[in-house]
Amino acid sequence: MRTVKAEAITEALAKVAMNANYDIGSDMLKAFDEALAAEKSEAGKEVIRQIQENASIARRECVPYCQDTGFAVVFAEVGQDVHVEGNLTDAINAGIRKAYGEGYLRKSILNDPIQRKNTGDNTPAVIHYDVVPGDKIRLTYGAKGGGSENMSKQAMLKPADGLEGVKKFVIEAVSVGGANACPPLVIGVGIGGTFEKSCILSKKAAMRSPHHRNPDPFYAALEDELKDSLNKLGIGPMGLGGTVTVLGVNIETYPCHLVALPVAVNINCHADRHGEMEL
Amino acid sequence: MAEYSLKTPLSDGDVERLKIGDAVRLSGVIYTARDAAHKRMVEGLDKGQPLPFDIKGTLVYYVGPSPTKPGNVIGSAGPTTAYRMDPYAPRLMEIGMKGMIAKGKRSDAVKEAMKKHKVVYLGATGGAAALIAKCIKKCDIIAYEDLGPEAVRRLEVEDLPLIVVGDCHGGDLYIEGRKAWENKA
Ligand code: SF4
Repeated sequence: MRTVKAEAITEALAKVAMNANYDIGSDMLKAFDEALAAEKSEAGKEVIRQIQENASIARRECVPYCQDTGFAVVFAEVGQDVHVEGNLTDAINAGIRKAYGEGYLRKSILNDPIQRKNTGDNTPAVIHYDVVPGDKIRLTYGAKGGGSENMSKQAMLKPADGLEGVKKFVIEAVSVGGANACPPLVIGVGIGGTFEKSCILSKKAAMRSPHHRNPDPFYAALEDELKDSLNKLGIGPMGLGGTVTVLGVNIETYPCHLVALPVAVNINCHADRHGEMEL
Repeated sequence: MAEYSLKTPLSDGDVERLKIGDAVRLSGVIYTARDAAHKRMVEGLDKGQPLPFDIKGTLVYYVGPSPTKPGNVIGSAGPTTAYRMDPYAPRLMEIGMKGMIAKGKRSDAVKEAMKKHKVVYLGATGGAAALIAKCIKKCDIIAYEDLGPEAVRRLEVEDLPLIVVGDCHGGDLYIEGRKAWENKA
């Protein structure tokens, strides 16, 4: 049994979260270069150039890439042979508190959905735990902007709707909400599982690099096909019209019940801020 | 796609020239307001109270910046989505507001009011918040300080990069831009 101190988790996560908000990361920068080469509309190109310049200012000056520094979403993979000295959930929230306070990030979290008072430190995070083999703790942090999250959708399709039904649902979700979600977008699609499982899968997919490919060739081909279809919508960067609406589509799947076909679409903006740490 | 450098305050003539898709570099004084500030301003007007600033010829920027780092003028300051301000915007146009800076689609009522009162809707790039902050040379909170990031600020901007997304002739780039580029990828 390996022991990891709660404070070490807090410190490491705070660094990852601050840095993710300042430095959009090389995978996104590469995607912006590709987008500029692929975009045909003048307004679209102007938007992408602004996004690129924004990324370099944010990184150079250690200021947030976007003012909405998001809901902190953490996927925690906890090795079953790790003992945490202290409280893991508290340690994660302390890391978020530290990052948002010391890093001059915006605090956007309210204590209650109806009574709506700001908690003042951007906690609590939304944490998804998974127990895995091994003696390491792996945390994946994402800063999920509210504007793009609001455009996300879930449906319990009929099994008869099949693959075509899934494609139609994904395209419809982006067609309706894409322009308001700060395109170019990264689209996370979760297919299968139960109602809630599909949503969690779509979030995991949306936090991945737009260059990630599903290891199953069937789904990798579907990712490419959906990307092409979505770029044909014409929404373009910031919805001003153009040929680059999405930077990438990531699909995650899970087995499902014989009467069900759940599908969830989590929309991420070009401010797809994510980072990982392992202890 | 014409390019204009504009200085505030804007005249009817400035606004009439602008067409969707045009690029604008804006300099001068603008004011910030978003959900809670709009609500308060319009409720005040209904009670006969004046606005906390002179709105004639000005532009209102829908933004809630991140906290200001010591030594900087303002935190990162990109636009928020405009539709939440739709119920309030026509009222501000009636009393002289000439432009709105934000992102995202507007309601038909807003677009009608823009035609009637000669108002332009300028799109700032959502998420380009550090770049936009660089164009803000001075920032003072002038009202509703209790609203935190939503307080009303007077900003002095220089060459703020914008694109005309809604003009006073009924043009809407979110509709027409998409139509023009559908099936072109
Ligand atoms: S949708 Fe993304 S880029 Fe746009 S304002 Fe929100 S966090 Fe920023």
